[in-house]
Amino acid sequence: MTIDRRMFLQLAALGGGAVFASGLAGGAPKAPGAEHDDFYFVQLSDTHWGFNGAAVNPDFAGTLPKAIAAVNALPEQPDFIIFTGDLTHTTDNPVERRRRLGEFRDIVSRLKATTVRFMPGEHDASLDHGKAFTEFFGPTRYSFDHKGIHFVVLDNVSDPAARIGDEQLAWLEADLAKHPQDSRIVVFTHRPLFDLAPQWDWATRDGDKAIEILMRHPNVTVFYGHIHQENHRMTGHIAHHSAKSLMFPLPAPMSQPKREPLPWNPDEPYRGLGFREVEAEGAGAMFSIHELPVRA
Amino acid sequence: MRKNRRLILAAGLASLIGGSLALAQASPRLIKVKARRFVFTPNRIALKKGQPVTFELTSEDIVMGMNVPDFKVRSDIIPGKPMRMSFTPDKAGTFTFVCDVFCGEGHEDMSGTLVVT
Repeated sequence: MTIDRRMFLQLAALGGGAVFASGLAGGAPKAPGAEHDDFYFVQLSDTHWGFNGAAVNPDFAGTLPKAIAAVNALPEQPDFIIFTGDLTHTTDNPVERRRRLGEFRDIVSRLKATTVRFMPGEHDASLDHGKAFTEFFGPTRYSFDHKGIHFVVLDNVSDPAARIGDEQLAWLEADLAKHPQDSRIVVFTHRPLFDLAPQWDWATRDGDKAIEILMRHPNVTVFYGHIHQENHRMTGHIAHHSAKSLMFPLPAPMSQPKREPLPWNPDEPYRGLGFREVEAEGAGAMFSIHELPVRA
Repeated sequence: MRKNRRLILAAGLASLIGGSLALAQASPRLIKVKARRFVFTPNRIALKKGQPVTFELTSEDIVMGMNVPDFKVRSDIIPGKPMRMSFTPDKAGTFTFVCDVFCGEGHEDMSGTLVVT
C-alpha cells in the first residue's frame, strides 16, 4: 500500500503529531491559470549553533544533528528546506562568528534534500550588518517561485535596529508587482512583522509598513522564527506562524517577567524543540502545518 | 485711583506667581540614564503617574536604544551626543524598558524597569 503525503500527515496526527491548518476557511478563490502541484517544504529555525549552556540544553552539540537525521529519515524528502534565521548563537568575535557559520554549514550539508535555503537572524547578522552571513550563504533577502507559489525572504535583522528599511520595502513592493495580485505568496522572516511583544524585542520596528504592502494581496502567509515556539496570529487576512527552536524553547509572550530560556526537563528531554513540515495544497493561503519533535 | 492701581499690581503679581507655579508643575522631571554594554544605569526608575518626565540618555560605548513599549516612546542612544526622550506616564504599574538596538552578546539581557505610582 502506498501512503501519500496527505495520508501520512493524517496518520501522523493520529499518532500525536500536531497538525495545524493555516489560512482562511475555504481560502480565496484560485486565480484562473494558477494551477499548482501539491508539495511540502520543511522549516527549521533558531538552531543557535555555538550556544553551550548545558543547563538549558545539555545536548547543545547533538540537537541539530538529530534534527538533520530526522529530516533525512522522512519517508519523502521535501521539495526544499528553509532555515529561518539564528543559524548561530551570537558572538562579539568576528572570527568566532565565521567559525560557527562554517561548522553550521558543514553539519547541514548532510541534508539529503536537494534544495536548502537560508536566511539570517539577528544573532547571525546584526553585529556586522549581515557581512559574515553573506560570505557563507549569499543574499539576506531574495524571492523565488516554486510550483505556483511566490516565496519572499525578508531581512529584518541585518539592521541592528530591527528595521526592514525603506529600500527593502520598495524592493518588496516591486517584487510583488511582478506577479498577479492574487498570487499565492509566502513570506519568510526571522522576527515577527507585527508587535508580538516589543518588551521582549519580539517585533520589527517598521513591520507595519511590510504588512501594509502585503495586505494588498489576498493570499499571503508568513512563516517566521525568533521566538522559539509555535505561535499563530492573524493580522487582517494574513496568517503568521512562528516555528520552534532547535536549541532552547522560550516562554509564551509576556507570560513571565523576563524572557529566559525554559529549563531542560530530564523527564522530557527536547521538550519544546522541533521543526515543521508545511504542506501546500488546495488553493489560496491554505497550508497544513505539521510539527515534528526532536527525539533522543 | 492709587488704590485701584495697587489692586491691579497685586493682581498682576498674583498671576505671575500663579503662572510660574503652573509652569513648575508642568516642567518635566529630568532623569539621566547611562547606557553601556549591556546595562542601563539606573535600571529601576520610580515615576509618578501624570508627572511629565524627560530622560537624558547617554552611551558610554556604542549606539544603543531605549524603548518603553507600554508608553510608545523610544530613542536612539548615540555616544557623545546626549539624547532626550520625554513622555508623561498615564498609567500606574511596572513596565519594562529595553535596548532595541542589537548591541552584542549580552543585548538580550539589557533591560530595566519603570515603576509608576
